[in-house]
Amino acid sequence: MIKIWSMKKNEEAAAKKKPKTSAAQIRVQKDLTELDLPPTMTTHFPVPTDLLNFTLTITPDEGMYQGGAFVFSFAINTNYPHDPPKVKCTQKIYHPNVDLEGNVCLNILREDWKPVLNLNSVMVGLQYLFLEPNADDPLNKEAAEELRKNREQFLYNVKQSMRGGHIKGMPFDKVTV
Amino acid sequence: MAAVDVQRVNGTSHVGDWPDRYYHVDQVLDRPGPRTDPSFMAGDGVKDFLRNQCKILVIGAGGLGCEILADLALSGFKDIHVIDMDTIDISNLNRQFLFRPKDVGKPKATVAAEYVMKRVPGTKVTPYYGKIQDKDDDYYMQFNLVICGLDSVEARRWINATLVNLVDPENPESLKPLIDGGTEGFKGQARVILPTVTSCYECSLDMLNKPTAFPICTIANTPRLPEHCIEWASVLEWPRVQGDKKMDTDDPEHIQWLYNIASARAKEFKIEGVTWQLTQGVVKNIIPAIASTNAIIAASCCNEAFKIATSSAAYLNNYFMLIGTDGVYSYTFEHEKRSDCPVCGGESLEVSVPRSWTVERLIEMLVEKQDIQIKKPSLSTATAQIYFQAPKQLEEVTRPNLEKLVSDLVPDGGDITVTASSLPFSLSLRITYV
Ligand SMILES: [Zn+2]
Repeated sequence: MIKIWSMKKNEEAAAKKKPKTSAAQIRVQKDLTELDLPPTMTTHFPVPTDLLNFTLTITPDEGMYQGGAFVFSFAINTNYPHDPPKVKCTQKIYHPNVDLEGNVCLNILREDWKPVLNLNSVMVGLQYLFLEPNADDPLNKEAAEELRKNREQFLYNVKQSMRGGHIKGMPFDKVTV
Repeated sequence: MAAVDVQRVNGTSHVGDWPDRYYHVDQVLDRPGPRTDPSFMAGDGVKDFLRNQCKILVIGAGGLGCEILADLALSGFKDIHVIDMDTIDISNLNRQFLFRPKDVGKPKATVAAEYVMKRVPGTKVTPYYGKIQDKDDDYYMQFNLVICGLDSVEARRWINATLVNLVDPENPESLKPLIDGGTEGFKGQARVILPTVTSCYECSLDMLNKPTAFPICTIANTPRLPEHCIEWASVLEWPRVQGDKKMDTDDPEHIQWLYNIASARAKEFKIEGVTWQLTQGVVKNIIPAIASTNAIIAASCCNEAFKIATSSAAYLNNYFMLIGTDGVYSYTFEHEKRSDCPVCGGESLEVSVPRSWTVERLIEMLVEKQDIQIKKPSLSTATAQIYFQAPKQLEEVTRPNLEKLVSDLVPDGGDITVTASSLPFSLSLRITYV
């Protein structure tokens, strides 16, 4: 066998035996403990020892969704950060980029996810959807159509839905705080 | 099958080893060449090591694994172990040449092992039908070398982290070279990882080609490709209709359901090309496997294994890339170790702590330590949080631990993972009590 050990001895930082903590787990610890969130976003851990499943509540303090509290579930698998976190809106809301099942159209959650991104980037991206709903990437086509054609009506629909009202016969969850 | 004599062979012929069996291989083992390592001992010593002592583990007995097993056996490795958790599917037979139609349904590892032993007399192949995660450190410790021919990122990350963790500064035998092969259609790579010495698998995680993900809004609104319809069925319709029921991509009924939904969708949007096979391919993220790519990458991996085991020539430093999509292009470079790699990078410290110290005292000590410069560290063990600076809820939950004794939370010789914004990644502490 080739003598690798001698090379190792020359290494400046002869790494010590590392703990059995998984790379995903260390990464989630790092991401979470270094979250730099504005007061409009809070995390909640239903089981505090389980760092891989939690919720994020966004309470926008400006824009059309001001006055609502929007709750997203985060599920992180052991292949994080190779795989992005799975994020869903837990409420039925009226938003061009969120469908009625809670799926979210945010590029960094799917096609543009990279391991260098972190939970903070995802959370900031989610909040941005409430400040600047985007009619070009619709998941709720009717909402997007309304936003594009008639901003006033869209805003009215948003307020109506946030109070738990119906839009075109479809009931929405009450999300006002 | 002829009776095989497994007594010590010395590179020279004996029962089971016919005359000049290793004539060609011995050309490089009997005398040094211009690129041989200075430690190379030509002749019987190295042949004895290769043929009687060297124990090599092959992970994966699929497309790459079959090639690797054949190449190793034919180049003279005689004690080979193989792990694979899969059984043989009829679709494997076009390239996984150790398998025959009668083997369909049987474990790949077992069938591959039997085939190689029958075909290459004198070789002992020990199969394990199961997961790599079933095995512990003692198991991996018995090998001189590990070769991976896997198609799963997760399994690779696991074995990489396991071999990095296995390295014990007190024990040279604990450093197991890992040779990792991978193919994707006409592209492939082979690399040599010397755990803790060179860049590891995790170091290069961001270089990986990610499976193509389509924007969810395209899938929902403007499907143009058959793949968009299949993704619609699996990503949006499955959870909507099936609720919490987990999708099993190995279950033909689930694939059938997705296929039906995707076909209806395709019809609605006048898209052609949704087939049962494509449905399975998309949801299982199958990239067509090319036999020749597997052969090239496997050969490269085994070539490296041979050179490392014998010191007969310089080994790959450390990444070989093959791109066969437009002509044939290959490139070799040294992938650099990342100091912020969560597996092999980061700092590691031995810390002696009085048994009377609280967690708070330990944190104070860490913050005061000039040589590591950390602010606001968060601490955990492999199984529990000790103290988290944030988010607020976790800080509150872990705050009572500040007053507890470190020795009540961490055993003697136990590890603590420390993260802090000032650290590029993490720091691990090995705690001993005084
Ligand atoms: Zn690394």
